[in-house]
Amino acid sequence: MIGTALFFLFAGLAIACAISMVYHRNPLYSAISLVGVFIALSCLYVTLAAPFIAAVQILIYAGAIMVLVVFVIMLLNLEEDRPHSRLNYLYALGGGLGVLLLAQTFFIFYAVMRSPNQPADQTLSPGKTLSIGQAMYTEYLLPVEIVGVLLLMAVIGSVILARKLTAPQIELVVEKELEIRKEEDAKDGLGIAL
Amino acid sequence: MEPSLGSYLALSGILFTIGAVGVIYKRNAIGMFMCIELMLNAVNLTFVAFSRYYGDTTGQLFVFMVMSVAAAEAAVGLGIIIAFFRNSMSVDVDDASILKN
Amino acid sequence: MEQVLKTAFPFIVISVGILLAFQGVLMIVAYTVLAERKVLGWMQGRVGPNRVGPWGILQPFADLLKFIFKEDLTPDKSTKFVYFLAPMVALTCALMPIVMYPFGPRIADPLSWLVPYVADIQYLGDAVAWIAEQAKNMPLTIARIDVGVLFVLGITSVGVYGIALAGWSSNSKYSLMGGLRSSAQMISYELAMGTSVIGAVLLAGTLDLNGIILAQTQSPFKWFIIPQFIGFVVFLISAFAETNRVPFDLPEAETELVAGFHTEYSALKFALFFMAEYVNMFTVSMMCTVLFLGGWYVPGLSYLVDPGSIPYALISHVAFIGKICAFLFLYIWVRATLPRFRFDQLMNFGWKFLLPVAIANVILTIVAVFFLNR
Repeated sequence: MIGTALFFLFAGLAIACAISMVYHRNPLYSAISLVGVFIALSCLYVTLAAPFIAAVQILIYAGAIMVLVVFVIMLLNLEEDRPHSRLNYLYALGGGLGVLLLAQTFFIFYAVMRSPNQPADQTLSPGKTLSIGQAMYTEYLLPVEIVGVLLLMAVIGSVILARKLTAPQIELVVEKELEIRKEEDAKDGLGIAL
Repeated sequence: MEPSLGSYLALSGILFTIGAVGVIYKRNAIGMFMCIELMLNAVNLTFVAFSRYYGDTTGQLFVFMVMSVAAAEAAVGLGIIIAFFRNSMSVDVDDASILKN
Repeated sequence: MEQVLKTAFPFIVISVGILLAFQGVLMIVAYTVLAERKVLGWMQGRVGPNRVGPWGILQPFADLLKFIFKEDLTPDKSTKFVYFLAPMVALTCALMPIVMYPFGPRIADPLSWLVPYVADIQYLGDAVAWIAEQAKNMPLTIARIDVGVLFVLGITSVGVYGIALAGWSSNSKYSLMGGLRSSAQMISYELAMGTSVIGAVLLAGTLDLNGIILAQTQSPFKWFIIPQFIGFVVFLISAFAETNRVPFDLPEAETELVAGFHTEYSALKFALFFMAEYVNMFTVSMMCTVLFLGGWYVPGLSYLVDPGSIPYALISHVAFIGKICAFLFLYIWVRATLPRFRFDQLMNFGWKFLLPVAIANVILTIVAVFFLNR
């Protein structure tokens, strides 16, 4: 009874915040709404007996990713979106996709409701931090390592992307490039001037 | 009484739909980025729900992986958005057309 | 009726617990403000506030009255909804971690002594007997979550929104600069803070706050401040940065930014930010106490008083608050002593010194734990 009430409360909150995110043209309002969705989902994870995932959800999504997004929005001082000027068929495409996905959702709901599969024992709690950690470092060690490499790549990539090249630096890079090419050409003995 | 697996899947489907429609309607790069995050979260919800109803830890582990990938995506994506803003003074995806013609 | 009350009982207990904890913390916070002004005064050869009540002890209430009756200004060009939301987010996120902390050890039988006195009264007697039965082995924690450390870190990191949104919605350049500085600073120092916690968590082998305290309750030499001294120092420095205190108070550097993110806030909305800053100080000190100073554990007390009895819990609780107050004094002391960092110094210090040291500490701890547990 209480579980159902909590589910509808947080589900309603999540859907309302999600709609508000798509509806608002101001990017900061969208970001705040998205934080609302994340917090509602985190509460749902607690009711699903997954406190570790709930805590990590708040820590990573609400506390790190969205803070970065808000920071970028404030840094760039973004104004409201201009009204849509793209081709109008995108509206039709978006609407069609939405209807299709909703239909699929309702079909899944209907199918799961009708399916004879019984859920496993409800007293099992797979959300224990210990069991997650054990699974992570024994059975799924390779994916964890790959994710680590991916994060390293992301760090290096974002540093390269976000560094600011001033005009003299850009000239320096171009000059160096030209010098290297000249040297290579001289080595090849072709001597083609650039 | 606990809500059934179907209701969690339905909620996840609705959130995914909103996110997918948002990606098409938004023209702001940051807005699109946020809609993609919403879709990832909708998928995470199905993972956790299945993990709960089948008593298996694997689902929650995958949520963890998805979150790491989302963090990497945020770092690189926001880097690209800032670099793009420096060049064209806008984050509108329609302005990202210098390779046209 | 009886069944309904019995079902609602846990919720009533939790509500009362939250009310008591928040009230207590807010009282301590109010007197921290007074203590700060007094101690700063003494350190600078002044007297400090001494007009309201004897030695000025009623000053916090006078301040509160002043905040309530000041004119509440709202900037005309501000984004109203976000402008009102920001101080609420700041205070909520500051108060929320309090529910996770164990304020003392478990009490084996807190209410049985009351039963004989009320046994003759018709309904009350039964009710008290039932409640005393329920209250057996009562923990002094409001919410028992086995990932307490992660939750506390998560909620602390959500607290950035209060400051960032306040800076953005005020529509003033000083506020925006303050908000930007603050979010950059908190993102940077959160990393060092989270990394410095890992060492203590590894030694305790649990993310549960109560479990971490229990791992330190054999002798004061088991307090994690000894094996984790580097982690403790890193945590303390990043705690100063997280709470925007001197020497890291760049978001509200009054010589550069008027008052930073809360330039445009007045009256009660300013009071919320002000309280949030001090509550944050309190919660961070509490985290530091739990992780590195053994929480409520008093060395040698279990030989004098029976563990699980009411006096044991009371003394432990007072010791816990005392350890926190020592940290609060440290905050005030540092404020009277150190000058403010420059922004580039702050960033360089956080990323190029603090974070590598914290990561080295984690690696060192992992190696040590691995070889000691073989």
